Amino acid sequence: MSIFEYNGSAVVAMVGKNCFAIASDRRLGVNLQTIATDFQRIYKIHDKLYIGLSGLATDAQTLYQRLVFRHKLYQLREERDMRPETFASLVSAILYEKRFGPYFCQPVIAGLGDDNKPFICTMDCIGAKELAKDFVVSGTASESLYGACESMFKPDLEPDELFEVVSQALLASVDRDCLSGWGGHVLIVTPTEVLERTLKGRMD
Amino acid sequence: MAKVDADLPLKGGFSFDLCRRNEMLVKKGATLPGFRKTGTTIVGLVFQDGVVLGADTRATEGPIVADKNCEKIHYMAPNIYCCGAGTAADTEAVTDMVSSQLQLHRYATGRESRVVTALTLLKSHLFSYQGYVSAALVLGGVDVTGPHLHTVYPHGSTDTLPFATMGSGSLAAMAVFESKYREGLTREEGISLVAEAICSGIFNDLGSGSNVDVCVITKGKTEYLRNHLLPNPRTYVSSKGYSFVKGHTEVLSTKIIPLTQKEKVEVAAEGDAMEE
Repeated sequence: MSIFEYNGSAVVAMVGKNCFAIASDRRLGVNLQTIATDFQRIYKIHDKLYIGLSGLATDAQTLYQRLVFRHKLYQLREERDMRPETFASLVSAILYEKRFGPYFCQPVIAGLGDDNKPFICTMDCIGAKELAKDFVVSGTASESLYGACESMFKPDLEPDELFEVVSQALLASVDRDCLSGWGGHVLIVTPTEVLERTLKGRMD
Repeated sequence: MAKVDADLPLKGGFSFDLCRRNEMLVKKGATLPGFRKTGTTIVGLVFQDGVVLGADTRATEGPIVADKNCEKIHYMAPNIYCCGAGTAADTEAVTDMVSSQLQLHRYATGRESRVVTALTLLKSHLFSYQGYVSAALVLGGVDVTGPHLHTVYPHGSTDTLPFATMGSGSLAAMAVFESKYREGLTREEGISLVAEAICSGIFNDLGSGSNVDVCVITKGKTEYLRNHLLPNPRTYVSSKGYSFVKGHTEVLSTKIIPLTQKEKVEVAAEGDAMEE
């Protein structure tokens, strides 16, 4: 069994009109046994920048701590928040540094940049960036998420429509994946507010 | 001395901290993940007054198409570009690193970078990692000594050629070049031959797909033709798409966090008053 499948995960980010959504499942498992059903995979870097870390949960948490540390150093030195593009390069560099002994995480980065332009991006576990205009996915449910998002996504959705699309794509996908599920966390970030919701999902 | 700066940003180079743990995980039966590959067709040719580079735009992770429109022609210098095949992270990192070394070299010397300089930097890095940094490259550019085209293999060996192909679609593309390449091609002939070779890779190699990127480098001028051809447009979109009724998804809890607009600190343009 792949080490990516040890804990199970599903993370997705989508771009809307001047907003973005980032969502994940809530299950933490050890192989097929479920350990927790309220697990957080989406981490906040600053008000308008989030990172979802799929893969091995222990590495996700370690990596998150290092990223927060680096972001705080940046804030102290520059007296501003990091732009999403800059942060993506930082994550990529940190992952590629461990090219021959990687963290088993696949990050999904979503943020609002200058002029509140949405930015989303994903990487493999050694930091190969993939910038997308529409949606990005990662985790054990990534294959079904690709399919769901590919058919459900529409460009320039308003925040409330985006919430429905991203939630339905996530719920549809995790229902076809044994290792992820138990509802979801969804964040819709607009220039003026963050809408944080937990979804009800199947419990099997 | 106690190592207080254990977590401080490193100056560069790889970190092997997790290797022992990862090896232990493998011994316990875990399999390590694959990396994102370019799974690529990349080509280049020399024409009468320069170099044309070409690439497809598919990135794969195993059998899954991870990115349908990625960029595989990397910037090295204003007059040098480089196509990358192999592990996506490696091609990206190695080209970024060398392009920054070239920029610093230009600052120091004040001269245009030469293709051989880029070639030597690439091959010495790749050779020192004995093929573990798996980047297969097609390097092309025009410098003071004329147009140059090289291929670089992951182990650090290089070739100097009038036309070159690399990646999983290299055979399909080379078939086109071998039958149609000749010396003294014009710019238009060069671009169309490159596009044909890439299309051959796109349609005959499963690792390559989507669109054709082309980069034309001539003396004093570089043109990056991103998505030069789009032979695989999406055909299956319905005009309406799915629509969901608002409030249809079952929600357990909602939290709305208003974001306070950060006050912008105006920096006075005339900052001299304080300096007396």
